[in-house]
Amino acid sequence: MRPILMKGHERPLTFLKYNRDGDLLFSCAKDHNPTVWFADNGERLGTYRGHNGAVWCCDVSRDSGRLITGSADQTAKLWNVQTGQQLFTFNFDSPARSVDFSVGDKLAVITTDPFMELSSAIHVKRIAKDPSDQTAESLLVIKGPQGRINRAIWGPLNKTIISAGEDAVIRIWDSETGKLLKESDKELGHKKTITSLAKSADGSHFCTGSLDKSAKIWDSRTLSLVKTYVTERPVNAVTMSPLLDHVVLGGGQDASAVTTTDHRAGKFEAKFFDKILQEEIGGVKGHFGPINALAFNPDGKSFSSGGEDGYVRLHHFDPDYFNIKI
Amino acid sequence: MADVMLMKEIEDKALLLGIDLSSIDLDSIHLPPGDNCGIPSDDDVDQEENLEFDSGFGNIIVVDNLPVVPKEKFEKLVTVVRKIYSQIGAIKEDGLWMPVDPATEKSLGYCFIEYNTPQEAELAKEKTQGYKLDRSHIFSVSMFDDFDRFMKVPDEWAPPPNKEYAPGENLQQWLTDAKARDQFVIRAGSDTEVLWNDAKLLKPDPVYKRAFWTESFVQWSPLGTYLATVHRQGAAVWGGATTFNRLMRYAHPQVKLIDFSPGEKYLVTYSSHEPSNPRDANRVVINIFDVRTGKVMRDFKGSADDFAIGGTGGVTGVSWPVFKWSGGRDDKYFARMGKNVLSVYETETFSLVDKKSLKVENIMDFSWSPTDPIISLFVPETGGGNQPARVSLVQIPSKEELRQKLLFNVSDCKMYWQSNGEYLAVNVDRYTKTKKSTFTGFELFRIKERDIPIEVLELENKNDKIIAFAWEPKGHRFAVIHGDNPKPDISIYSMRTAQNTGRVSKLTTLKGKQANALFWSPAGRFIVLAGLKGFNGLLEFYNVDELETMANTEHFYATDVEWDPTGRYVATAVTSVHEMENGFNIWSFNGKHLYRILKDHFFQFLWRPRPASFLTAEKEEEIAKNLKKYSKKYEAEDQDVSLLLSEQEREKRRVLKEDWDKWANEWKLLHEEEKLERENLRDGEASDEEEEYEAKDIEVEEVVDVTKEILQVEEY
Repeated sequence: MRPILMKGHERPLTFLKYNRDGDLLFSCAKDHNPTVWFADNGERLGTYRGHNGAVWCCDVSRDSGRLITGSADQTAKLWNVQTGQQLFTFNFDSPARSVDFSVGDKLAVITTDPFMELSSAIHVKRIAKDPSDQTAESLLVIKGPQGRINRAIWGPLNKTIISAGEDAVIRIWDSETGKLLKESDKELGHKKTITSLAKSADGSHFCTGSLDKSAKIWDSRTLSLVKTYVTERPVNAVTMSPLLDHVVLGGGQDASAVTTTDHRAGKFEAKFFDKILQEEIGGVKGHFGPINALAFNPDGKSFSSGGEDGYVRLHHFDPDYFNIKI
Repeated sequence: MADVMLMKEIEDKALLLGIDLSSIDLDSIHLPPGDNCGIPSDDDVDQEENLEFDSGFGNIIVVDNLPVVPKEKFEKLVTVVRKIYSQIGAIKEDGLWMPVDPATEKSLGYCFIEYNTPQEAELAKEKTQGYKLDRSHIFSVSMFDDFDRFMKVPDEWAPPPNKEYAPGENLQQWLTDAKARDQFVIRAGSDTEVLWNDAKLLKPDPVYKRAFWTESFVQWSPLGTYLATVHRQGAAVWGGATTFNRLMRYAHPQVKLIDFSPGEKYLVTYSSHEPSNPRDANRVVINIFDVRTGKVMRDFKGSADDFAIGGTGGVTGVSWPVFKWSGGRDDKYFARMGKNVLSVYETETFSLVDKKSLKVENIMDFSWSPTDPIISLFVPETGGGNQPARVSLVQIPSKEELRQKLLFNVSDCKMYWQSNGEYLAVNVDRYTKTKKSTFTGFELFRIKERDIPIEVLELENKNDKIIAFAWEPKGHRFAVIHGDNPKPDISIYSMRTAQNTGRVSKLTTLKGKQANALFWSPAGRFIVLAGLKGFNGLLEFYNVDELETMANTEHFYATDVEWDPTGRYVATAVTSVHEMENGFNIWSFNGKHLYRILKDHFFQFLWRPRPASFLTAEKEEEIAKNLKKYSKKYEAEDQDVSLLLSEQEREKRRVLKEDWDKWANEWKLLHEEEKLERENLRDGEASDEEEEYEAKDIEVEEVVDVTKEILQVEEY
């Protein structure tokens, strides 16, 4: 498997997202320009210029028409995917960390970081069909618990919002009223900051990665713990194959703790685990910094990883990947 | 976050108990004094020991036999006493109290002195016991704490009650394990754990685990019977048939180091205390305990300077162990180096052999033969080279010199005994003629042969530095890592040649190895060449009989390599000198990786030693010869185990798979149910994969350009 190296960002990668058709790959980095690539050959199509800070997260609508990005410049922006035109800017009083379109793309959930006196918050915005009707008004604001929320996504049928972050607790909120419905079990749950959260293709379960060197799969509806995967490194990114029962964990030792000794020390590998047996299958090496972002192509035949090293590596699986037996 | 949760928990709890929180004035609640709110800690051991050692008056001494003086002379006497005692340590403010008889206004002939620390008090007691103020006033000093004890002595002697004999546990029970597994102890974080090495099942099997078992480290006794732990108040040993019970405690405040005698009859404990006067050397206290009774057999006290002779480094100048024990299981002698003397003690009386030390001018280093009461000692050159350096072998208790070798131009000397005491290798660093550099040679002593012949061995390249040296346990071979460049060579020698058992010969040289440490299997024959630290943990498993490499592997960052006592398995560990990769790997003797356990803050890995086998050499040889016969039985067992394992594994996988399928089906069902709703959310668009792809040909016509051109048609 020979990866395609995509060098388009000057700073560490933060997030990767495929569109539904799997032909476009959107990448966010700490430089200010989200970038879109051809998911097949890694050709760069263009960038979305307008942010004035690190871009933490993005989501693309089902019809691949709209892109929403959340940035440290305290804004979330809506873009026209095709033209790169800025459609609307949501202004906040603190950096926007995570964004997610609802089913139907009529709503978006945006989380903001704790900043100065402000605590973290989850905002629900209505996304207008016509960009000229778009307003900045929030349908709902949930004042978050202490500490940063690293990711918030919609639950099944947009009825709930699932959030996770620095306090290592996963919470399910009612998306109508903002009431806290469920919290993950402290005993079973993560012990350190949850860094990433990825939904399964059908939204029935999701996977969380944490600095406690583990990843866990949870039921989206009941928030019961289903599986745990233990690795040797803090986990920065997780994704699940839509095709096979595989989970991929990315991470590596903290960038600030990377020593000058040996590249092997970092273990900057994307680790594949069997989803059901919770056993390690293999790893994909290559990055020379921790892996910050992972995404599976919706067809399950390729995946890409983004690292602290500023590279996106696009991997198309070899045929024998599809008959791995353990 | 934590605070918020806490309040919520309190509210929940209050609700549960039916208490209205708003009606309670939180300030009116008085918690019991003390950090633990009056709730005794679970760790009863510490509590108990604290009571015993911290009665609080340990720093007060009572000086008796002072002169009885009238009021006029009282001040003067106080000044005199203060002068005597403030030399030893800092007396606390108002720490000197001399009671006065109110009737006669005369002093009562004794006084109390309070020091800052119990150590100072103890020192003062020791130093001024029997101090002669004048002819009729000889001080008698005792610790204030002792008075309590003296008071408790009953006036009439009663015979101690006869205790029923209770048979002790079999402390060697672990040796009877049906699977002949070995145990090891690991220390990670605050937990100390003893585990079986179940290599067949590829995982460790827990035996006993305890948090905060020791305050600094743990150590097995040399025969594996006891596990020693170190605490603030002293050392303790643990053992038992099935679990680990405390067998004995050895009180020694602030103990730093411990050492067992080879036959594990005695335990030597060491502590070093800051002096009150910073110019003085540290005070060293060494106790020798009888392991089984816990009795102090002898104690040594003095300044650290007295114990820091010869050797280099070690703990605050003292090289540990201070006392080296003679070989063998009978623990008969132990010895210690002093300035120009070698003091050999015998354990029968715990006094010097022949009541006097052995005089050896300028002694630098010594070591015991591992099996016989023979000491080898090294004396460096003196008188600017007039008196050559010397290595000699001395027999104890006769103190007779068995053999001596004079050496010239010596810069340093290291002695290595072979584990059976058959050979002694002396690594001699000599100056070259210019005295600018050194070169290395070996003097090889054959102890068991008549007249102890000595052979000189020089490396092919004399300028090579010796990085490591190791004898094959119970064997006749040794390995040396030598060389100057980053990739040194490793040579293996034998003390025999094919024709002549009396000549040393080289077996092989392995060129350019990334190794800096040698680990022979305790059974001999196999050796692990390890590149620790700078070499990032490269491991080579080498068979010396066949002179071939069995495996080349790596345990990244490995800091420690330990063979199990039977020579079947090797453990490599990354201890917390590194922040990452902490944990250990278990390998088979031939370098096959068996399993790996990761633990954060990993401090120690120690195999439990085994006592020597009772089988005679002939019997062992016979077993080796008929190994096939014996192994048949075990092979069948092994097969059963592996069958069972794969069976279990399959079963486990089946269950996991079933569980998953159950969930997945549930999810699918729910997903189906919600299909309509989802479609509504998408404005009727078919959702997810439910829609089939429909290939539609869409023709888009775009007008690119329009130009008008007039064509002239010519008519004919």
